[in-house]
Amino acid sequence: MDKYLEMIRIRFLMMLAYRTNYYTGILIYGINIGAYYFLWSAIYGGKEQIQGLSVVQMTTYVAVSWMARAFYFNNLDREMAMEIMEGKVAIELIRPYNYLGMKTMQGLGEGIFRLFFFSAPGLIIVYFVFPIEFTWDLSVWGLFAVSIILSFFINTELNLLTGITTFFLYNNTGLIRAKRVVIDLFSGLLLPINFFPGWAQEFMKFLPFQGISYLPSMIFTKGFSQHQAIEAIGQQCIWVIVLIIPIQLLWHMAKKQLIIQGG
Amino acid sequence: MNNAIEVENLRKEFKAYSSRSGLKGAFRDLLTRNYKVVPAVNDISFTVKQGEMVGYIGENGAGKSTTIKMLTGILTPSSGKISVNGMNPHKERERFVQTIGVVFGQRSQLWWDIAVQESFRLLKKVYKVTDEHYDNHMNHVIKTLDIEPLLDKPVRKLSLGQRMRCELAAALIHNPPLLFLDEPTIGLDVLVKLKIREFLKEINEKYNTTILLTTHDLSDIEALCERVIMLDEGKVIYDGALRNLQEKWGEGKELQFQFLEKVDMAAVKNLTKAIPVKWELDEKEQIFTASLEDNDELISQVIAKVVAAFKIKDIKINATSTEEIIRNIYEKGAV
Repeated sequence: MDKYLEMIRIRFLMMLAYRTNYYTGILIYGINIGAYYFLWSAIYGGKEQIQGLSVVQMTTYVAVSWMARAFYFNNLDREMAMEIMEGKVAIELIRPYNYLGMKTMQGLGEGIFRLFFFSAPGLIIVYFVFPIEFTWDLSVWGLFAVSIILSFFINTELNLLTGITTFFLYNNTGLIRAKRVVIDLFSGLLLPINFFPGWAQEFMKFLPFQGISYLPSMIFTKGFSQHQAIEAIGQQCIWVIVLIIPIQLLWHMAKKQLIIQGG
Repeated sequence: MNNAIEVENLRKEFKAYSSRSGLKGAFRDLLTRNYKVVPAVNDISFTVKQGEMVGYIGENGAGKSTTIKMLTGILTPSSGKISVNGMNPHKERERFVQTIGVVFGQRSQLWWDIAVQESFRLLKKVYKVTDEHYDNHMNHVIKTLDIEPLLDKPVRKLSLGQRMRCELAAALIHNPPLLFLDEPTIGLDVLVKLKIREFLKEINEKYNTTILLTTHDLSDIEALCERVIMLDEGKVIYDGALRNLQEKWGEGKELQFQFLEKVDMAAVKNLTKAIPVKWELDEKEQIFTASLEDNDELISQVIAKVVAAFKIKDIKINATSTEEIIRNIYEKGAV
């Protein structure tokens, strides 16, 4: 376990090695939240509510989704693709650790770093600029915390899955891009799921994506009752477990037919 | 003594795809592709004893790296038996890699953006090395390789020689009984090379570390290894002492003369008519080279005759170099 914790620390150091990235990151997230705020204000016009969400709840939803994204989002798929294409994966395989486990820890390190040094300060700035309503109900915060941890795992598992496909496809940039768009759209980051047509909502209940962004954000903005929130977390748990199966299968196959590229 | 590495009929095949020609061919390739199964490593067998230093040599693409990757558990063999440190590398990977150290000359195992000591610290945790062990062993390694002043620099700011020394130290953090070095001295200057060689000799003596070394720099092999395994097109073509190779393939000696005055080739040839000698002349440098068999008596005779007849500027006696021997073997493809 020690080695996995050490990996989180290393990732912190790596993030700190490039400070400019860090500062521009905060700026970009701020701009994104601002853009969505103005977009939604225009859509709401004078209306009190759309689909049961008030304009303040909507703004909070957008702000929280983006800030949660800072935590769960990572580029593990692209990193794995690079490592596999450049043959660096050879180095990973001569170390006595689980490659996928180590990758997950790197993602977690990155996520924790962003949460504390990126989301938290960012959210404070946003709080003063836009009309956002924070709840001080500790049970909501607790549920939200559990929920974004699960959303981190779901997103990371999807990334690992995409990353492993590089072993078979050798170049999967297209797939990685497609996956990103699908997640942004179907996770409820761009548009809350209850804005989709009814049949689409039903359909998306059977996909893991809404567990990434929609469920935690709804919990936080109190769009869900407590009962619904617990149900949502249960749903996330199931996806975390179910997604392990294809990862293990693919990983097993990948190791067998691994070719180290570049000599 | 135990065997560190045992390999029997090891084989690795790759699919080599070939593209069809033309636009029509490219469309057909979308659906089905032609491929050939090519053996990169073709039924090789050898054993390496604990504490041996073995040079693993061959032309580019002979299958050296592929073998190393199978021995380190990265690649799964197509068929054959491998046992390294008494384990099956790819089956018990996580336990197995704890007992080996690997340096790939062309790939860094240190983290690019962070200081060297942070990489060491992570590796120390990864290999579960105790503080006491680490201090004992690594302080010595760091001193011998002279990398103390580099420890707080990020890897991307190191020169190649500096980085290679750090790589070597990183591979030795857990003091493995078996060390794989895949072209460790590629692109290094003479001083760094010497330092690395001395260091390898030292750890081999101190810890009885087995070392398997692939390189294209034969001076590395000459300096370190008594035994070489030579590979060609995936097959072992020679396995034995380096000295034997020299004795068997060293084709006599060469005498090089440079004269103070202009000398005619015919005159020189005439002088040594009675002795079986082949003369060559380098027109530009005016170097006369006599090739003859390795026989002290004959060599003395040639020198005596030439020196008596002409004024000498320079004389050299050369044995056939290992490099030439190996080149001859590569060209013929067999021993």
